[in-house]
Amino acid sequence: MTASTTNPGLHLSGVTLRHGDGDQIVTALDDVSLDVAPGELLAVVGPSGAGKSSLLAVAGGLVHPDEGTVKIGDHELTGASQRDLARLRRTLIGFVFQSGNLVPALAAVDQLRLPLTLGPVEDPRDPRELLEEVGMSHRADRRPGQLSGGERQRVGIARALMTRPRVLLVDEPTAALDRARSQEVVALLARESHQHGVATVMVTHDHDVLHHCDRVLQMTDGRLEEHVG
Amino acid sequence: MFLAWRELTFARGRFALMGSVVALIGVLMVLLSGLSVGLVNDGVSGLKNLPVTAFAFEEDVDHSAAFARSVVDVSAVDEWAKVDGVDDAAAFGNALVNTRTDKGVDLDLALFGADPDAWFVPQAVTGTDVTGPGEVVLAGDVKDAGVAVGDVVVIDQLGTELTVVGFLEGQHTFGHVDVGYVDLPTWQEVHSGVRPGEDVPDRVYEQITAVALRGDADLAAGDAAVGTTSMTLSESFGASPGYTAETATLQLIQVFLYAISALVVGAFFLVVTIQRRQELAVLRAMGASSRYLLRDSLAQSAILLVTSTAIGVGIGLLLGSALSATEMPFALEAAPVAGASVLLVLLGMIGAAVAVVRITRVDPLIALGGNR
Repeated sequence: MTASTTNPGLHLSGVTLRHGDGDQIVTALDDVSLDVAPGELLAVVGPSGAGKSSLLAVAGGLVHPDEGTVKIGDHELTGASQRDLARLRRTLIGFVFQSGNLVPALAAVDQLRLPLTLGPVEDPRDPRELLEEVGMSHRADRRPGQLSGGERQRVGIARALMTRPRVLLVDEPTAALDRARSQEVVALLARESHQHGVATVMVTHDHDVLHHCDRVLQMTDGRLEEHVG
Repeated sequence: MFLAWRELTFARGRFALMGSVVALIGVLMVLLSGLSVGLVNDGVSGLKNLPVTAFAFEEDVDHSAAFARSVVDVSAVDEWAKVDGVDDAAAFGNALVNTRTDKGVDLDLALFGADPDAWFVPQAVTGTDVTGPGEVVLAGDVKDAGVAVGDVVVIDQLGTELTVVGFLEGQHTFGHVDVGYVDLPTWQEVHSGVRPGEDVPDRVYEQITAVALRGDADLAAGDAAVGTTSMTLSESFGASPGYTAETATLQLIQVFLYAISALVVGAFFLVVTIQRRQELAVLRAMGASSRYLLRDSLAQSAILLVTSTAIGVGIGLLLGSALSATEMPFALEAAPVAGASVLLVLLGMIGAAVAVVRITRVDPLIALGGNR
C-alpha cells in the first residue's frame, strides 16, 4: 500500500507527559521528539520507569500528551476525540503486547479475524495468508493455551498487521521468551516492517536483539537520547 | 457476536454453571407463580368468576373480614338498584358451615345465599339449579369427595338438611372451602342459627351479607346514598379469609427471588468482566469502541439468560403440570409465567449491564506493560 501522504511515518514533536498532581508530579515524557520512517524498525531501550511504555501509549493515542503533537502521516492524534482515536487505532496503528496478549477463547486464525470485527477496515490482509507469512499456518486452529510463548508472539504480530497499519507499536515482545525465540520474533518484526513499509517502534529490555533494528534510542528519565554501546 | 459466541463455547463450563443457576431460579419462579395463582383460586375462585363488579357491605365494616361480619338490610338491594349506573343489584349471603352428608362425608362449605334466578348465580352443569328451600347446588370439585346428586347435607349444630340437586362446573371455592348455593330464605335461617321447626322471627328474612352489583356506578356516591361500604370485586378478595396474608407472603418471596436473581446474575457477569480486564484493555487498544464492547457483552448475557430461562421455565412447567394433578392448590396461567420469565431475563440483563458499564471504562493503558 502506497501512502499518499506528504509526510508518511510517525512523528512526535515536543511531547511532554506528566502523571499525578500537586507535589507528586512525575514527568514520564520530557520534550520528546521522534520521527520514524515507513519501513524503519526503531528500538527504544532503557530502565524500568524511564517512560518507555508512556511513549507507546502517547504514540498509539491511548493517552493525550500535556504538550507537543503526535502525527501519523497527516493524521494528528493530539486533540482527536476518543471516538476518532479508536478509529485511528483500528485503522492506522497496530499494537503488539507482552506475551502477545491474545484473547484466550479464540483460535489463532480467529485472533487475526478479530481486528476486522471491530469496525470497517479498508483492504485488510487475508488471515490465512498472514498466518502463513509468520510461519503459523500449521497452528491456525489452536487457542493461545495450546501455543508456546514464541508462537503466541507470532500470532500477536500477525494480528497487529491485519489492518495494514502505518505504525506498529511493540511492547517488550521478548519478555517471556528464551534467547532463540527472541531472535526469531524480532527478526520477524524487522522483516515485516521492511516488507510492508510500517514505521515500527519496539520498546525492549533485551540488548541481544538490537542488531535486528535499524536504529536504537535510549530513554532515561523521560528523555530520549542516542543509544551508546 | 464474533467474540461473544466464541467465548460462550470456550468457557462453556463456567457459563453452563451460571446457566443452571438461572434455570433453577426459573423453575422456582414457575412453581411459585403456580402456587400463588393456585392459592388465589383456592381463596376466591368462587367470587372471581362471578359477573359481579362490586359488593356493597355494611357501613364501616372491617375490610379484612367483611364477608364474615357484614349484615345489610335487604332493602338496600332496591335502593342500590336505583343508583345511577347500576345495571343490576341482588342480595348476597355468605356463611361458612361444617356439614356432613347422609353418606358420612365431612364437608366444609361456604354457603352462598341468593335468589336462584339472580343474575350472578352460576348454572348447574350436573343435575338442576336450586328451585326452592332446602336445596343446594355444590361446586363441581365436591363430586371427587364422593358426594352425588340426591345426597343430603346436614349442617352441624343446627341439623338443617339440604338436598344436593346439582353441581357447578369445576372449582368454586371461597376461603379454601367449596361453595354451595342455597336460596335466600334457607341461607337467612342458617345464618341466624335457626333450627328446623323453630319459629323464625321476621327480622331474619331482612338480613343479607351484601348487595351484589353490576354496572359502572360511582360507588362512593352510592354508598353515601344507601349507607353501605362497597368494594370492587377484586378489592373484596381482600375481605375473604386469609387472602391478604397469603398473597402478601408469596409476593414477598417472589420479590426476594427476583432481587436475588438480579444480584446473582449481576455478580457473575461482574466477576467475568473483572477476569477479562486485560483482554478488554487489549481490545480497547486495538480500537474497539465502547459500543462494540457493550454490544458484545450484552449479546453474551442475552444468549445465556434467554436459553437458561427457557430451559428453567420448561422444567418448571413440566413439574407444575404434575403438581396440578395433586391436592396442592396449584394452577398455571400463561400471563404470570410469561411475565416472570421476561422479568428474570430483564433483571439479569440489568445486572449484566451494570457490570458491562465497568467494561467500557477499562483503561486501554492496562494492555501496556501489564503482567499476565
